[in-house]
Amino acid sequence: MVEGALSHEDPRPTKLRVDGLSAFYGPKKAISNVSLDFPERTVTAIIGPSGCGKSTLIRCLNRMHEVLPGTRIEGRVLLDGEDIYDGDPVSVRRRIGMVFQKPNPFPTMSVYDNVAAGLKLNGIRDRARVDAAVIRSLKQAALWDEVKDAIDGPGTRLSGGQQQRLCIARALAIEPEVLLMDEPCSALDPIATAKIEDLIFDLRKTYTLVIVTHNMQQAARVAEFTAFMYLGELVEFDRTQTLFEQPKQKLTENYITGRFG
Amino acid sequence: MSVGPSAAGPDPPDAPPSEPANPFRLIFRHRVRILDFLFRNSTLFFAVGILAILGTFVLVLVEGSKEPILRYGLNFVAGSTWSPNQAIFGALPFIFGTVMTSALALVFAVPLSLGIAIFLSELAPKWIAEPLGYIVELLAAVPSVVFGLWGLAVLVPFMRDTVDPPLRSVNAAASHAIHYPIPLFAGSVIGQDVFTASVILAIMIIPTISAISREALRAVPAAQREAALSLGATSWEATRISVLNYARVGIVGAIILGLGRAVGETMAVTMTIGNSDSIPNSLFGQGQTIASLIANEFFNDTPGSLYVSAIIEAALVLLIITLVINIGARLLVWRLVKGAGGPVE
Amino acid sequence: MRFDRNARRRWMNWIMSALALLCVVVALVPLGSIIYTAVTFGGHVLSFSFLTSGYPLACSPTPSQPTCPVGGIGPAIEGTGVLLALSSLFSVPPGILAGVYLSEFGRGRLGRSVSFFTDVMTGSPSIVVGIFVYTLFFLFFGPRGVFSALSGAVALAILMIPIVTRTTEEALRLVPNSVREAAYALGIPRYRAVLHVVLSAARGAILTGVVLAVMRAGGEAAPLLLTALGNPFGFQGLTQPSASLPPIIFNFGTSAYSNQVAVAWGAALVLIIIMLCISLTVRFALRSKLS
Repeated sequence: MVEGALSHEDPRPTKLRVDGLSAFYGPKKAISNVSLDFPERTVTAIIGPSGCGKSTLIRCLNRMHEVLPGTRIEGRVLLDGEDIYDGDPVSVRRRIGMVFQKPNPFPTMSVYDNVAAGLKLNGIRDRARVDAAVIRSLKQAALWDEVKDAIDGPGTRLSGGQQQRLCIARALAIEPEVLLMDEPCSALDPIATAKIEDLIFDLRKTYTLVIVTHNMQQAARVAEFTAFMYLGELVEFDRTQTLFEQPKQKLTENYITGRFG
Repeated sequence: MSVGPSAAGPDPPDAPPSEPANPFRLIFRHRVRILDFLFRNSTLFFAVGILAILGTFVLVLVEGSKEPILRYGLNFVAGSTWSPNQAIFGALPFIFGTVMTSALALVFAVPLSLGIAIFLSELAPKWIAEPLGYIVELLAAVPSVVFGLWGLAVLVPFMRDTVDPPLRSVNAAASHAIHYPIPLFAGSVIGQDVFTASVILAIMIIPTISAISREALRAVPAAQREAALSLGATSWEATRISVLNYARVGIVGAIILGLGRAVGETMAVTMTIGNSDSIPNSLFGQGQTIASLIANEFFNDTPGSLYVSAIIEAALVLLIITLVINIGARLLVWRLVKGAGGPVE
Repeated sequence: MRFDRNARRRWMNWIMSALALLCVVVALVPLGSIIYTAVTFGGHVLSFSFLTSGYPLACSPTPSQPTCPVGGIGPAIEGTGVLLALSSLFSVPPGILAGVYLSEFGRGRLGRSVSFFTDVMTGSPSIVVGIFVYTLFFLFFGPRGVFSALSGAVALAILMIPIVTRTTEEALRLVPNSVREAAYALGIPRYRAVLHVVLSAARGAILTGVVLAVMRAGGEAAPLLLTALGNPFGFQGLTQPSASLPPIIFNFGTSAYSNQVAVAWGAALVLIIIMLCISLTVRFALRSKLS
């Protein structure tokens, strides 16, 4: 439908490029021939009505789509010009982290162990290095001040918003280059949501972020770029402000003005 | 949960030719792939190992009882004389003893177990149902040999002195009335007999039947109950007209599983059935189940002898009986748990 | 008329509830009687030295010798400990791995049939398992190799494997998929995700299954009569017959000498106490886990 390459000048290079991507659940096509570029160190939001394929798209970006049985994709996803579908999903996921819709801390692990899990299970045993990474990630996730006294307590005892930030810290600890967030605030109350949004705003200085949201205000608040999807296709991709104020497609306009039914 | 060839998880696609020549990543990738492969296949190995054990079971028992199988053929299960001294091995008395005690145990245990299951899951308030449920299940934690010891010390004298004599009088009066000897509660009463063994079996299978029946009742959707209650039914009526009906497949499965347990039960029966190699002529007669035969007579001859091989063949018969019973019961219970439609695609 | 009918229905409801409650009470009578009898007949011999000293020589009180030595069940405790440790070693790792296969990989036809036959195997009589192991050892090692601690442990392990496997499978199925996804998204290899994250999330329930399996094996007498056989000294090496708790309850319980019968009751009381304690602990541990 549209090519996702930006029409205007942008100084930042492309970090992640999606090229003609289609994804399937068994015989059912969930997204169809999507192409789009995510510039480095920006926040890109993917919006659209439920069932439009936005979650499927984001799960294709670090090969989580194929974890579900009976799935496959066509097309390419390029990270720094290399196709992530060449080779091993495990190493891809170390470079492209993910935060899920519902907070999912590891149930039997402490706060510390949750954050350290990625490092330890990737074979890093050096205690000083793990300690440093845990503290750095918790600080980056704006959780350190709240949990520093309970770092050995169970991760599941934190509040929902804290758990989600714990999951963000866990993803950051392995120093990914890209962070994918699949509706990270949908299970949280407004105050916790505001905290996560602030955090997203800060993280873009270091990471390339892609966030799926069904909340247009949220996209407008945190994202520099926004992609609108409908029925598995990419309808429009532009600077957030442009997309919301001067949408080029009629469909986009209908959606953002709430004339959808 | 969908099922299919790729259900096993992410299979990394084969490396395309455009693979970047990064030796480090290559080594990492292959190491991970090899370890994943090894892990997956070692779990597969042990899973298949379980099937292999079950298969070996039958093979080994057949091998161990080759001689009597070839020598006696079907007479082994049809013959009613078991006389090791004359090398006559007919296992019918033991098959009969097994069937009789198990059937009788079901007669006692099924109503009680269903009463328990219905009380605990339908009629009792939750605060009393839970602790009572635990206590009933504690009965399952008592080892079989302890049941046997208790049977010898408490149940056998109780049956001999309190339960059996009145039954015998009634039986005698009834026989006299119809001028025909009723072979139920007749003969001399010594307490160690088929009847006592059946009672102890019944006690032992109550926890099995009631626990699985409770599961079956618990699986009944609340809407079923509510449909009946909203018509103005009392809780008993709701149980009778909707819940029991809905759960009947699971309850039948529970009963058959209890039967499976009764058929194979050894120690308690061995200690109370009186141990006689002939078919008992009444419930007060002494008998033997296949399991008690094994426990009692296994050491009567040297390993490898015809006598011991014949006992191994009896074990084979017992295994086949329990396999049939358990497969049937599990099919019923599984259908209940997994939903009637089989695997969901 | 209508009032009468409703009154009858209420009566019926009440009667059926009372009958059902009566069933519960009837089932609890044997349990109470078993515990009461064990305490009455076995309580007086129970002491610390009963758990450690050797079996008593057969003896019944006579006018010339009014009391008999009680002795103890030391060899049986030692033998049962060794047998259970060995059988856990043989059954727990394979059982858990098989359970991992059933839950994590084997969602197809093979997995379903393994799952099914594992359930069927749980119902195979323990005495038949005893005969099986006896015959297996006889075929491989001849008559001298049959009666040993090793064969006893193998028999118990065969009884334990299906329990461990099925509880592991069920426990792993209860771990939400989001936990697995979180692990994969960190770039953790699958085998590590399963071993360190999924198994760890289910460890409470798996432990429960292992305890239940040990409990079942610990109470079994029948298969041990045909395999570990028994000896008066406890554990004498892997290839020698070994004493154990349940068989001596049978052997002494059917003895004609009063002091041996007393030892059987003491042993039964010890076994009951252990089983009931484990059973209750598991129950309450499980309940706090679920809530």
